[in-house]
Amino acid sequence: MIEVLFAVIAWLVGWWINSRLANSPAAKTRPVKLAVPLIFGVTILIVWELLVRGLEVSMVILPAPTVIAERFATSIPILWQDFAQTFIKGALSGYLMGCIAALAMAVAVDRSDFLRRGLLPVGNFVAALPIVGTAPILVMWFGFDWQSKAAVVVVMVFFPMLVNTVAGLSETSAMQRDLMRTYAASYWQSFFKLRLPAALPFIFNGLKISTTLALVGAIVAEFFGSPTVGMGFRISTSVGQLALDMVWAEILVAALAGSAFYGVIALIEKSLTFWHPSQRG
Amino acid sequence: MKNILAVLTVVAAIIAFWYAACVPMNIKGVLDQAERAGATVTPATAKERRDMGSFGLVATNTFAIADTWAQDRPRLPAPHQVAVELWKTTVEKKITSKRSLIYHGQVTLSATLLGFAIGTGLGILLAVGIVHSKVMDMSVMPWAIVSQTIPIIALAPMIIVVLYSIGVQGILPKAIISAYLSFFPVVVGMVKGLRSPDHMQLDLLKTYNASTSQGFWKLRLPSSLPYLFASLKIGIAASLVGAIVGELPTGAVAGLGARLLAGSYYGQTVQIWSALFAAAILAALLVALLGLIERLVLKRMGMSA
Repeated sequence: MIEVLFAVIAWLVGWWINSRLANSPAAKTRPVKLAVPLIFGVTILIVWELLVRGLEVSMVILPAPTVIAERFATSIPILWQDFAQTFIKGALSGYLMGCIAALAMAVAVDRSDFLRRGLLPVGNFVAALPIVGTAPILVMWFGFDWQSKAAVVVVMVFFPMLVNTVAGLSETSAMQRDLMRTYAASYWQSFFKLRLPAALPFIFNGLKISTTLALVGAIVAEFFGSPTVGMGFRISTSVGQLALDMVWAEILVAALAGSAFYGVIALIEKSLTFWHPSQRG
Repeated sequence: MKNILAVLTVVAAIIAFWYAACVPMNIKGVLDQAERAGATVTPATAKERRDMGSFGLVATNTFAIADTWAQDRPRLPAPHQVAVELWKTTVEKKITSKRSLIYHGQVTLSATLLGFAIGTGLGILLAVGIVHSKVMDMSVMPWAIVSQTIPIIALAPMIIVVLYSIGVQGILPKAIISAYLSFFPVVVGMVKGLRSPDHMQLDLLKTYNASTSQGFWKLRLPSSLPYLFASLKIGIAASLVGAIVGELPTGAVAGLGARLLAGSYYGQTVQIWSALFAAAILAALLVALLGLIERLVLKRMGMSA
């Protein structure tokens, strides 16, 4: 039980350091801004570890962080296979196909004001629906392997992407478009030089929302049937075997993959939309 | 008026595409059935047909097109088949029946609403804490943002099994997944909302010698409402997804997710599609309801645009 006491102390110490840092004059500097959440995260991990040990929480309820880390380190080959199957084959290929298809559709629709006004409400409506539910149908059509997962991802990312791109393409003002016309710019010239750059913040918003959706789609689709590899498959079978350390290791992989994916898109956004007020800070 | 016409056109185009897609999707099954019934099918055996493309089969067997919209277990059911199934399982079945979609929908809905209430409540509380405490802001907020990039739903099977092993079952595990999914959008939106009053307004309250709590109740909370409603709409859709996914891994017997799973086990495509549409209708109703409340509340507060 002594660990529980340590846990309380660790929490208090972590909180005390953070409140000193947050209220110090250096609070606005970059290192402190990074350090505070990190200290908070580490404190949570220490408290978690100590509580699990101190209260002797059973492995099938909550494994300690060290156990999870050990499992993660010893099963990297399996985790890598699952990652390749679910993320690279399923999520990433579906993400690319879905986003490109949505972009193409948005550009095609863009020429007709009538279609755009019809498509926006429909797209917005569909984007709010529980589209993961199509997973059993698509698994039936495309088989158990990654193709069906990619198909689920395509359906999931298509509508948010479409709605954002269509909204972005109508972002330019009449003044700007008139200016292009006085330059005698063709449709495609004004598209590539004015409207597409102006739509980029919206397009990237759609791309960023879609990163999470892509992972969710690929993982949930595996609950409906998969080959004997993949993050969703591993999670559901490990839960069945009560091997919760493996589940947590897989969740860690999902978390890392998800934030890295988002981070990469955000970095690309930063380099392409440096001119936008939200990026100039 | 013009917008409604445009929307109807798009919807009509989608339905037309759907009917058209049914033909190549279902043609093989229809032809196999027709052959067994004794009709003359152009490539005579199933083996030959397997090597042919769907569109080729449609071209050589035009008589079978009508049947592709009326199959018993089609690969892609036609819109009217889904509509008929929806009608049968909602209006014609008794609500207590195990085959009534209203019964299943209500199971999922109760978990969704309970989870949504828990998630929203906790989310608002955390947001209030974040806005008023610099320490919490700096330590928790980055994690709340990062957690939105994580496929939280991967936790669903584990939450259910862990709660089951400590004796909690029924509606609560699903509600916890729902709560978890609606929690973060609400936190992020609410923090943005509570911070939305500008310096002028905050300074004005300071000149009135208003206390922190007065500032909260009279300025921050009212001005956060538009943001709150925007994230509530995202949150309720996420809650519904959470409740549906929460029904998948345990082999639950009731709920829309269980209907989806049972349909996929037994190849009852019409059942899957009707469960899917029931979920979609439910989501649309919930979002519309929130939109209505939003309009009424904001109108009363004089904030509606």
